[in-house]
Amino acid sequence: MNKERRVRVLVAKPGLDGHDRGARIIARAYRDAGFEVVYSGLHQTPEEVVQAAIQEDVDMIGLSSLAGAHMYLFPRVVELLKEKNADDIVVCGGGIFPEEDIPKLKNAGIKEVFTPGTPLTEIVNWVKENVNPGGV
Amino acid sequence: MEIVQKIKTGDIRAVARLIRDIDDNIPEAREVLKELYSATGNAYVIGVTGAPGVGKSTLVDQMVSHLRKSGKTVGVLAVDPTSPFSGGAILGDRVRMQRHSMDEGVFIRSMATRGAFGGLTQSTRSAIDVLDAMGKDYVIVETVGVGQDEVDIVRSSDTTLIVLVPGMGDDVQALKAGILEVGDIFVINKSDREGVDKTVGDIRLMIEMGEKRYKDGWRPPILTTQAAFDKGIRELLDEIEKHRLHLLSNKTMLSKLRYEKAKSDLSEMIKDKIAKEIFIDITSSGEFEEAIKSIIDKKIDPYTACDKIVSAKLKSNIR
Repeated sequence: MNKERRVRVLVAKPGLDGHDRGARIIARAYRDAGFEVVYSGLHQTPEEVVQAAIQEDVDMIGLSSLAGAHMYLFPRVVELLKEKNADDIVVCGGGIFPEEDIPKLKNAGIKEVFTPGTPLTEIVNWVKENVNPGGV
Repeated sequence: MEIVQKIKTGDIRAVARLIRDIDDNIPEAREVLKELYSATGNAYVIGVTGAPGVGKSTLVDQMVSHLRKSGKTVGVLAVDPTSPFSGGAILGDRVRMQRHSMDEGVFIRSMATRGAFGGLTQSTRSAIDVLDAMGKDYVIVETVGVGQDEVDIVRSSDTTLIVLVPGMGDDVQALKAGILEVGDIFVINKSDREGVDKTVGDIRLMIEMGEKRYKDGWRPPILTTQAAFDKGIRELLDEIEKHRLHLLSNKTMLSKLRYEKAKSDLSEMIKDKIAKEIFIDITSSGEFEEAIKSIIDKKIDPYTACDKIVSAKLKSNIR
């Protein structure tokens, strides 16, 4: 791996959920870990999230949802990435989810799911271990 | 090269990856840039700078909307600072421009300054070339208006906007010597706020005292806008167009501008390349750390240490 490669992450909030405190805290933790974090704000459609991820050439998309629409929105992002031939971009999710949804999300291609109470260091370390900057 | 063709035909993924490779210093990217150079020089480059919070991103967002309405394609480079401690960055300019993300005629890219060795100027300049080569009619570069870097970016722009807000009296003073001197158009945004007349007056006075600009025959206009409400943007684009026509009508000025741009591009590139090569060597050999220790212990002065390092490297060949 080239040592000048820097991890680039898109932190996005898809759907009609207005609570972005969590997403902002994650963005800050990623920045402090040395990642470049593109923050695209609230109320994004999955299409917008994917388009932003491609233009920004990110290695990972971190989706945040606290409003209950994750079972539609998260898999849709994975689907669109496949359509655009960009499924090398890792997708993970954070937020409040019913226990039984987590395996379903993982089946749909969400690589990891983080729920409230997960230490920030754990999330950052997961990215370091599972995301290879610049792909390959 | 296949990638060169992809860039020229506007392949989004190829463009996005090339800009990434430029930023990450991947040697192949340099080869692609060499091939692309002949396809550059067609886009009109607008630089937008000003202190944090003055509304640059919102202004850019509105400018993009207006340009799109008149059928122009636009590339946007939004630069945000890298943390000097972690090397990470939060790139948040997209938040204000997200409504354009589904528009195929718009390409938005966030970039971090990344600090070292003139990295901002170099990779931003190269990224401008890439968006130019992909066929965008306009490239808008948004930078954080603090420091010398902006003055460099200005040299890459055809028209430079300096964005201010009312009540920035002290800040105007602080900026006076640097960035204010290079503005082609001044934009007082959030003009519904108190003190707009005073800010306009301050800037007007400053322009009138800066005689140098008159010689080019362009007196920088001062415009008031409320970007969040789309007020004054049409007028701003009209002024940009006037400035463009002014540049095109004035052959001496145009060739001077091109000369200055090529000169600053090349000198930055030379500095960048030499510095990078030397740092790679002395950091991997440990010589850098040793020299630092010796300087702290007063065993050597920094001037001699620098001369020794540079002359040793110049004697060997630059790769």
